Amino acid sequence: MTSHEKGWKEIAPAGVCSKSSTSFLTGDWKTFKPVRDISKCTICLTCVLFCPDGAIRWHPEKGDIEFDLSYCKGCGICANECPTKAITMKLDQE
Amino acid sequence: MEPLVKQEKTAMSGDEAIAFAVKQSDVDVVAAYPITPQTIIVEKFSEYVANGEVQTEFVCTESEHSAMAASLSASVTGARAFTATASAGLALMHEMLFVTSGCRAPVVMAVANRALSAPLNIHGDHSDSIAQRDSGWIQLYVENAQEAYDSIIQAFRIAEDFNVLLPVMVGLDGFTLSHTLENVETLSDDVVKGFVGTRLLPNVLTHEGKMVPFKLDPDNPMTMGPIALQNFYFEFKRQQDEAMKNSLDVIQRINDEYSQVSGRKYGNGLVETYRLEDAEVATVCLGSTAGTMKAVVDELRREGLKAGLLRLRAFRPLPVNEIRNALEKVKAVAVLDKSMSFGGNGGAVFHEIRHALYDAETPPFVVDYIYGLGGRDASPTELRGTYEDLQRILKTKSVQNQVQYLGLREEKGQ
Repeated sequence: MTSHEKGWKEIAPAGVCSKSSTSFLTGDWKTFKPVRDISKCTICLTCVLFCPDGAIRWHPEKGDIEFDLSYCKGCGICANECPTKAITMKLDQE
Repeated sequence: MEPLVKQEKTAMSGDEAIAFAVKQSDVDVVAAYPITPQTIIVEKFSEYVANGEVQTEFVCTESEHSAMAASLSASVTGARAFTATASAGLALMHEMLFVTSGCRAPVVMAVANRALSAPLNIHGDHSDSIAQRDSGWIQLYVENAQEAYDSIIQAFRIAEDFNVLLPVMVGLDGFTLSHTLENVETLSDDVVKGFVGTRLLPNVLTHEGKMVPFKLDPDNPMTMGPIALQNFYFEFKRQQDEAMKNSLDVIQRINDEYSQVSGRKYGNGLVETYRLEDAEVATVCLGSTAGTMKAVVDELRREGLKAGLLRLRAFRPLPVNEIRNALEKVKAVAVLDKSMSFGGNGGAVFHEIRHALYDAETPPFVVDYIYGLGGRDASPTELRGTYEDLQRILKTKSVQNQVQYLGLREEKGQ
């Protein structure tokens, strides 16, 4: 798994990142994923503010939010904070 | 050797000598928390700050963990940072010591070596810094206040060298050196400033694909020391080990360069040999004990015994080749350990000296003496006893006790 990466002589010191954090897809860590019931959602954006990974985005042009599951670690904070209980955590089968 | 520049002779304790060296070394940030026997260092330095004699940002932290965190943070912005601690303070820094060396932050720290609790003891031994052996810090141990002053100035140059970029710990024996007045020759402010220079930064490649100075800077963002798992962590640790190896040369070079300026030299920077050329019996020690031991060696030499001494100035990196070259012709060696590795069959210095000698053609007998714990005095008579034991070992060609306790009640000896 490590052979294709750069060796210790090539990489920057001190763990300086060679790539931006957006290139690390941490979404595959999750066990549960958020599923939204649109009929209950009021687009209050509480989940957008609470998501620790910035995985829920507000799209003003659509007037809607979007979950980016590539970065969602499945922590469930959004479901916990949702005032209308529009988000539930479901087992991620993928 | 004649000093090339005018120097002033002042009576200073080891702690004061260090504060004075820091004052002259153009340090940007000092963050510290008081603890005996280090307190005088930052106390004295805070006076320089209050008097406007330095431009340094002085940060009073709420603990040593925070003191190291603040020193690290300052250092990774490209600033020159210094702190000082001892004993429990160093133990509390433990976690941050690894973060500092891992972030390749060239922080310089004075450690006024002191015993660890319990039972509580404020006096000098090496338990605190030896316990941090594997934290990735360079460790230098000094013999007197003069060397404490000189080594702090050298430490900034060693730490900030591009081939090193590692933090440096300078250990001075608590009370024996930290609180005892000695005549210390100091260089002028200009000379020290010229010697340490301004901190320079190498360029590194960031996630934006830019080569920029290695520091945290909003204009050129970079992330230091984030998560590195199975696929990268090992590589970063290997880099640190390489930096330690590089420091073997750098420590010697800085020792040479410094002697050009000051006229003072400490062996080759890594080890100091004393009357070892034709020695048959020798001792190895760190720190101020070497001063007493030199007098003992002189006395034994006058009596016709071929005695010598090896003082380890650098404990990390371990100068394996220098140790082997200095001791492989000696017939019996006594190592003095001022800390205990409980259940380890001898102390840390003993382990490493024996390790260095294992590949010698005809390895000498090597025995260990644990001594001076909690500041217990090691008198010249007691230290002389180690050489007498070595003579007995040579005569009988056998070692009765590989590890002994010097100056401890109810101990019989070799």
